[in-house]
Amino acid sequence: MSGTGLDAESIPERQPVLRLSGASKSFGSVAALTDARIELYAGETHALVGENGAGKSTLIKILAGVHRPDSGTITVDGEVVEFSGTAEAKEAGIAVIYQEPTLFPDLTVAENIFMGRQPRGRFGMIDRDRMNRAAAALFEQLGVPMDPERQALGMSIADQQVVEIAKAISLDARVLIMDEPTAALSGAEVERLFTVTRALRDDGAAVLFISHRFDEVEALCERVTVMRDGAHVSTDLMSEVSIDQIVRRMVGRELGALFPKQEVQPRDVVLEVDGLTREGVYRDVSFSVRAGEIVALAGLVGAGRSEVVQGVFGVDPRDAGTVRVGGRALPPGNPRAAMRAGVALVPEDRRHQGLLLDLSIMRNATLTRRSRLARFGFLVGGAERREAEQWTARLQTRYGRLTDPAGTLSGGNQQKIVLAKWLATGPKVLIVDEPTRGIDIGTKAEVHRLMSSLAAEGVAVVMVSSELPEVLAMADRVLVMREGRLAGELSRAEATEESVMFLATGQEAA
Amino acid sequence: MSLLTKAHESGSDAQARTGSTVLDMVLRFRALGLLLTLAAIVAVTAAVNPRFVNEQSIRDLLLAAAITLLLATGMTVVVLTRGIDLSVGSVLGLSAFCTASLLSENPGIPVPVAMLIGLGIGAVCGLFNGMIVHLGKVPPLVATLGTLYVFRGVVYFIAGGGRINASDMPGGLLDFGTARILGIPYLIVIAGVVLAVVAVFLSRYRAGRDMYALGSSPEAARLAGIPAGKRILTAYILCGALAGLGGVLYAARYGTVDASAGYGMELDVVAAVVVGGVAIFGGSGTVVGAALGAVLLTVISNALPVLSIDQFWQRAIVGALILGAIALDRLVGLRVKASLRKKDAHVG
Repeated sequence: MSGTGLDAESIPERQPVLRLSGASKSFGSVAALTDARIELYAGETHALVGENGAGKSTLIKILAGVHRPDSGTITVDGEVVEFSGTAEAKEAGIAVIYQEPTLFPDLTVAENIFMGRQPRGRFGMIDRDRMNRAAAALFEQLGVPMDPERQALGMSIADQQVVEIAKAISLDARVLIMDEPTAALSGAEVERLFTVTRALRDDGAAVLFISHRFDEVEALCERVTVMRDGAHVSTDLMSEVSIDQIVRRMVGRELGALFPKQEVQPRDVVLEVDGLTREGVYRDVSFSVRAGEIVALAGLVGAGRSEVVQGVFGVDPRDAGTVRVGGRALPPGNPRAAMRAGVALVPEDRRHQGLLLDLSIMRNATLTRRSRLARFGFLVGGAERREAEQWTARLQTRYGRLTDPAGTLSGGNQQKIVLAKWLATGPKVLIVDEPTRGIDIGTKAEVHRLMSSLAAEGVAVVMVSSELPEVLAMADRVLVMREGRLAGELSRAEATEESVMFLATGQEAA
Repeated sequence: MSLLTKAHESGSDAQARTGSTVLDMVLRFRALGLLLTLAAIVAVTAAVNPRFVNEQSIRDLLLAAAITLLLATGMTVVVLTRGIDLSVGSVLGLSAFCTASLLSENPGIPVPVAMLIGLGIGAVCGLFNGMIVHLGKVPPLVATLGTLYVFRGVVYFIAGGGRINASDMPGGLLDFGTARILGIPYLIVIAGVVLAVVAVFLSRYRAGRDMYALGSSPEAARLAGIPAGKRILTAYILCGALAGLGGVLYAARYGTVDASAGYGMELDVVAAVVVGGVAIFGGSGTVVGAALGAVLLTVISNALPVLSIDQFWQRAIVGALILGAIALDRLVGLRVKASLRKKDAHVG
């Protein structure tokens, strides 16, 4: 944590092309950025690193003109600017390549590059030949062979990114921001992207490169900025800082009051996952969970954690591997069978996957048990109400009336209703995906207390979490995933923020 | 443990190219498929009854297709933007009745002016649709289903149960409905010219390409700064205007107009567009395809009586063609997805 941050004064000879300083941004009550700053220089590749939720994406979106910062200034070539939309950022020469390229699948590559700016000939008609030649020239400049007349539909992510880069070049972008561009690329594709990026940099562009892969950051970037909790931590020359130092600066997030898990003697193995594979998403994932245990799946966003638990539950089909609950194999792609076997999944996105926001709190809380609460096929109001009251009381849910729509609840209380819904089924295996994302600290502690008491009752708990302190406080064992594979397993004693982060980013602990 | 050492690249580029050729073939095959189906039906029918292919019956056939074709051209533009306009039949009726009653009271109005009036009525209706869809953020299906009834209601209100007979109409208009230039009826010429103009607009003008872009990926269109509102209004106005023009041609061709003119026509038009290979989710397809679809459907409905096949089968065949066209789109989409998943499988 002691690295000497490089100040703007130590590079006095040049003016940054783009500078963001003192930026803050809140979404509702959640502060995404508190004090972010970054300076980008012409002819330099700058890495931006940070843990999940450190505020990198928000920072990019501010630079791209998608979000307006609550405070702070953006300067381009020393002049203060304000972007009211993406068009103005583009006008200022800032091009952003998002992780998911945004192309028109039905149009040709050349049209994608020149959309809205197609070269025109006679009668204002689009001169397709000229457009295709211009696109071909761009690809030649990039050193990537690509047919300008092919449709974007069916192109690999790597090729789509090349098209996005060609678009940025054709716009004379001086600042190129790439948000985890290599996440979906293979080795050779990454190499090609780097060659292109280096060429752009050598031509005087300022490149901002966001990545979780430190080998790439080291290979490509001259300068690195670390962010944590929405604030700037340090900016250094790549040559003056070790990866080890960077990782240490990334971790150390505050989570507020935590509720440590109570000690439980683990019992029999309840959940066994063996060789679970889904092509292109995750591969050969094997682990087991005992009754009374909380096992955390840690890793960076996009490592495939949520996908794995959805594969276990059967929401998504799997290509290979087996899942056993209490020794009996679950059929793939069948969530009902998983539920019958005693597995419950509390999904990550509760607004879309976990709750029916327009239905009443009562109906939501008892949804999974409606056949048991029904008599002669009809839901009986009294039984439903008693059940709902019992669970909301146990989870200390705050609500107006049980008949209010679930959408009126706060995030934390929504999460409790989702938990109630699944706990009511008396699960043997409880899978929770990001159980405390976006909920206030008090409710977080309650959710933690609840998970801990469930484990004490003999439930096997699998928790996917991006919040390292939560992982460390709650988990008996930590499974770390990286790029679709299990990178390693840490016992409660071995797990520290550093050891988890090293595994998650693929760096050897120093 | 460097990622840079992973090399599974070999097949990726080749695969990308294969994916595109297969796709291109399917799409090209579709226009070809339409033509082949058309040729097969004509050949079989002609074998049964040689008079099916003489000059007069071909002319009749194209004449019957002309108005559907005109409306399908406008509909294509709307469907390309991920929209749909179910009100075209009602707009046609409104325009037909208004221009016919206007002409019957003022026989002096020349035909081209009548056509402009029809265009204008249709354009106003289209503007109305476009505003509901764009400003009201109402799904096009619901918005134009509503205006389908509203516009039809207006026709009934104006007509008040009455009808305009051929005897009330000025001779100029009726002559126009049957007149020919170089042996080709005016109606077909007009439909052909409109088709050609819209085809060039869609393929060679920035505004036309924007229609494809909007339907292909609204999100990317927003990021690319395409003026979505302006383009969507344009699409609905164009579609409405062509339906309005269709109304004048309808009056000229049939001579008799009552409040039910063009009733249910929207379904034929949508069918022609879908069968013609315009993706119902936008972004893909051509007006030429839609025109082929319109001709194919007309040929089927004219050929089946010659082959003494039951009316029921005619509808079933049209339905099968629509389902086939949609299944083909879906199949192409699935194939692309599968090949992408295979390509990405080596990652991680």
